[in-house]
Amino acid sequence: MSAPAQQRIIFQHIDEPGYTNDIECYLRNGGYEVLKKSVGRKPEELIDEVKKSGLRGRGGAGFPCGVKWGLVDRKSGKPIYLIVNADESEPGTFKDRYIMHQDPHQLIEGTIISCFANNVKQAYIYIRGEMPEGARILEKAIAEARAKNFVGPNILGTGYSCEIYVHRGAGAYICGEETGLIESLEGKRANPRIKPPYFPAVLGLYQCPTIVNNVETLCQVKYICDVGGEAYAKIGTPGNTGTRIFCVSGHVQRPGYYEFPAGTITMGQLLNDVCGGPLPGRTFKAVIPGGSSAKVLKFGERYKGKRKVGADMVDYDWGVEDVPMDFDSLAMIGSMGGSGGVIVMDDTVNMVEALANINAFYSHESCGQCTPCREGSLWMKKISSRMVNGDARPQDGALLKSVADQIPGRTICAFGEACSWPTQSFTIKFKDEFDAYSEVKKTLPADRTVLV
Amino acid sequence: MNLKPETFQRIDEVITHYPVKRSATLPLLHLIQEDAGHISDEAITWIATKLELQPINVLEVVTFYPMFRRAPIGRRHIKVCRTLSCALSGGFKTCETFEKEFSTHRGEISPDGEVTVEFVECLASCGTAPVVLIDETLHTKVDATKAKQLSDQIKAEAAARK
Repeated sequence: MSAPAQQRIIFQHIDEPGYTNDIECYLRNGGYEVLKKSVGRKPEELIDEVKKSGLRGRGGAGFPCGVKWGLVDRKSGKPIYLIVNADESEPGTFKDRYIMHQDPHQLIEGTIISCFANNVKQAYIYIRGEMPEGARILEKAIAEARAKNFVGPNILGTGYSCEIYVHRGAGAYICGEETGLIESLEGKRANPRIKPPYFPAVLGLYQCPTIVNNVETLCQVKYICDVGGEAYAKIGTPGNTGTRIFCVSGHVQRPGYYEFPAGTITMGQLLNDVCGGPLPGRTFKAVIPGGSSAKVLKFGERYKGKRKVGADMVDYDWGVEDVPMDFDSLAMIGSMGGSGGVIVMDDTVNMVEALANINAFYSHESCGQCTPCREGSLWMKKISSRMVNGDARPQDGALLKSVADQIPGRTICAFGEACSWPTQSFTIKFKDEFDAYSEVKKTLPADRTVLV
Repeated sequence: MNLKPETFQRIDEVITHYPVKRSATLPLLHLIQEDAGHISDEAITWIATKLELQPINVLEVVTFYPMFRRAPIGRRHIKVCRTLSCALSGGFKTCETFEKEFSTHRGEISPDGEVTVEFVECLASCGTAPVVLIDETLHTKVDATKAKQLSDQIKAEAAARK
């Protein structure tokens, strides 16, 4: 069965010839019309639309956006803040870059609508430090929107005022975690906070109620406020509504970003039909479906179980190619949809080396606050590095797995899980490769693609 | 602090974006680094005074975030993405090409003072791997051939300046 057609909602204009990121182009294409419509409605109605839409956050965790908004403490008397999480830094994920670079006003419109719905007077866009150009584009776009009275005091004469500021990070992955991001925005090290009691919706930025939403999520909100929550909920599949952007990288013929109704496309359709299949003469070996922290899937493996279809429970027996690319299906087979970053590896890849590359990333990025994560991530990096360097010790494969098993659930934030999942899944699914390196001092072939 | 007048102006403006002054720590560090090239002890003390903090509050931020530098670098900063998608597409060869072209090693200033080549973690453009950030410009699909072309361009610009 060939792949379904793309349905570009968020990426509607991205890569369109002649489409620029200035406000005049955005206005010519119907820009800010949804904002005009939305500020004439009651904020509660907009929140209801988002709840009805079933929108799940697009930052990685897939938490329902309407529920998140519903948790905000609106009675504290303190100001409510909204932070746009534009610190996209999960290896394999790159969708937000294109939204900010090519269609920044879409994000600004979505942000202002969300601010209006939640009575937010001040919003911050926390953008990755590695995206200086994106920060400049956003600052210019905000200035343009301010000049047209879409941002700033008394927006469109409604009496509602809201400011947006761009705040640049400085190269730390952990700033993408919402409480780490808040600490960073407060001018500190981005050490995540313990939840509970510090749920951002109650005690966030400056100990005030705070909403943290991903770039794509806020763009989806704009679309929901345009078409209505019920109409939006019809896109995709129940529990996985709306469209999903997949960013595909690695060993496929056409890497890039693709937008489909959630749950309508399988991994096989995405990789073979949309991305053109493996490189000439190669076969797929493994795929990481939702950013580098997601558990790796092995081609040739079968995933069996029961799943709910309508009111019935039905058996499923999937190969990697058969898995629908939605949050729930990927979770059922032991991985996750995460932020939609699909990394593909073909038969040329040495999995011990690939894991060593990933472990180097996570050990570099651990904030260092919790001992299991700080020590564990570095230990996993050291073991996997020495394995590929030909200095493996007996049982190193087993040790690697054992270290990874000690981390999840023992740290303040989910980084502990993120850094251990690759090691856990690689060592289980490619056990033979890890055992081969553990038992003999094996060195990598000279003609390989170097990963570490 | 010896900074350009417009840097001082932007510093005063950016502080107004936040209800709590300490929030301006990262923006001030960026502005000073862009102007002075790195973060000196003097800059740390100056920011602390400006934001009514202790110098340690600023220093702990500087040491946490990889983008802040305590020492000068070459005139151009070449950051090669090291992470998986770029590595799968040949990012290590890209980095080696830059090192060879400028007779330097990762993290060091090249002998002519022209560049500092570094590996960095994900630059969030994995679909166009391998990617390289030169100063503030992202270059995509930088294989060894393109790395050589970019190196030649940097060398030509340096020669024209002299």
